[in-house]
Amino acid sequence: MIYEGKQKIWSDYQKDIPDDHYFYVRSCIRQSFFPASEQTFLDITRNRLHKDFFESEHHTTCGGIAYHSDAIPQETAMTIIARQFALMHKYGYENYVCSCITSFGLYTETLETWREFPELEARIKEKLWESCKLEFAKPKYLAHASDIIYKFRNQIAQQAKFKLINKKTGEPLRVVEHIGCHYAKMFPSKGFGGAEYPYVLAGMIEAWGGEVIDYPERRHCCGFGFRQYLVQSNRGYSLSNTHKKFESMEPYKPDMIITNCPGCPYFLDRWQYVISEMEGKTYGKDGHGIPVFTYEEVAGLVLGYDPWDLGLQVHQVSVEPLLDKMGIPYDPSKKYKGINGKDLGRPELPTCACL
Amino acid sequence: MANFGYSLTKSSRIDLNNRNIEKWNRLVELEPDVLKCMACGSCTASCTAGKFTKTSLRSAILYLQNGQEKEALEYIQSCLLCGKCFMVCPRAINTRHLLLSISKIYSNR
Repeated sequence: MIYEGKQKIWSDYQKDIPDDHYFYVRSCIRQSFFPASEQTFLDITRNRLHKDFFESEHHTTCGGIAYHSDAIPQETAMTIIARQFALMHKYGYENYVCSCITSFGLYTETLETWREFPELEARIKEKLWESCKLEFAKPKYLAHASDIIYKFRNQIAQQAKFKLINKKTGEPLRVVEHIGCHYAKMFPSKGFGGAEYPYVLAGMIEAWGGEVIDYPERRHCCGFGFRQYLVQSNRGYSLSNTHKKFESMEPYKPDMIITNCPGCPYFLDRWQYVISEMEGKTYGKDGHGIPVFTYEEVAGLVLGYDPWDLGLQVHQVSVEPLLDKMGIPYDPSKKYKGINGKDLGRPELPTCACL
Repeated sequence: MANFGYSLTKSSRIDLNNRNIEKWNRLVELEPDVLKCMACGSCTASCTAGKFTKTSLRSAILYLQNGQEKEALEYIQSCLLCGKCFMVCPRAINTRHLLLSISKIYSNR
């Protein structure tokens, strides 16, 4: 990586983020894909950083999946979004932070569309009142949850119990950062570092001691693409995208992958199993895959959370090799135990030994 | 190997470093009209051979621009030199002559 060149790009795309008082909204799918990530985010921001992050049980989907799958028209998605913003206003907040990249992209797209077409904003205002009797409001500031962790990355580093460093060799871990397409590809100025080389995850990796890998298909989509995956006949296209990325990153021997999108970690994780079953190929060492994490999980590991409390047992690719590298202690017998020792069941062992 | 009901497709990435600039420049020197092609496809639509074989001058030109010489030659090897494409080309490119020049420069035979 030509570091000086990247720094120039990164300095061109910076944004000021409010310090405190956010209305937090969860993702539809992250809670089932990576069940502890959002709870970890709230625990870090509230209890470690002592910030005010409020969430409401009345929040619903942003409509992003239905919108990008052509199941609902744009105005319907906009009215759903107007309702979320109205809830934020109702609870007395001005800063809006969302957990999902697709939501972030859709919120940004909606705000920009309203700015460009005020008559459309007026129509949505009417629809919101007709359907929900809520007062229309727009956030003063819109952030993605990874922006918040990026902002406080150095404070997290100060409280860190573990670093992204191989404990045996003392070398920094080689980390692939994968940014969700909807973070900055549509509106480069809305993301840290712009669209080509977003800095949001690279900044966290550097602050926590790791080394960012620059590889040819770094900015390539993970392959989720909504209709590509949702329609079974198109699913091979989704898989091929992921395959292309892994083929490209393989020579650089990454230790782990960090992502900031709901779909990306899911597909980069699960498709490794499918590729191994189809092609008999794995991309990590000793027949294992490359472990994939959300940024909240990595922040949690760095801060010393128990790996099984972070939900790492629901990953397809086993995380133990990475935990060993970082020197993080874990109890293998508790991997598949839930609250009060409840048995969560064990997955069948696939032929690729990904688990 | 497991069957999931879908499969991997080969990457369609084009490596422009494979493009032979020297040969392309020779073609342009001999046939400046090649730069006039706007890939409308009239030649392919009117092609007699194209109904029965993989023949398309439009595709061949695009493949050459992408550095895929082998594929380009596959798209012209069955040409009958009937000249119908020359008659329909809206840019009045001498397609038959262009085709022969491509064969001459890019073919190993």
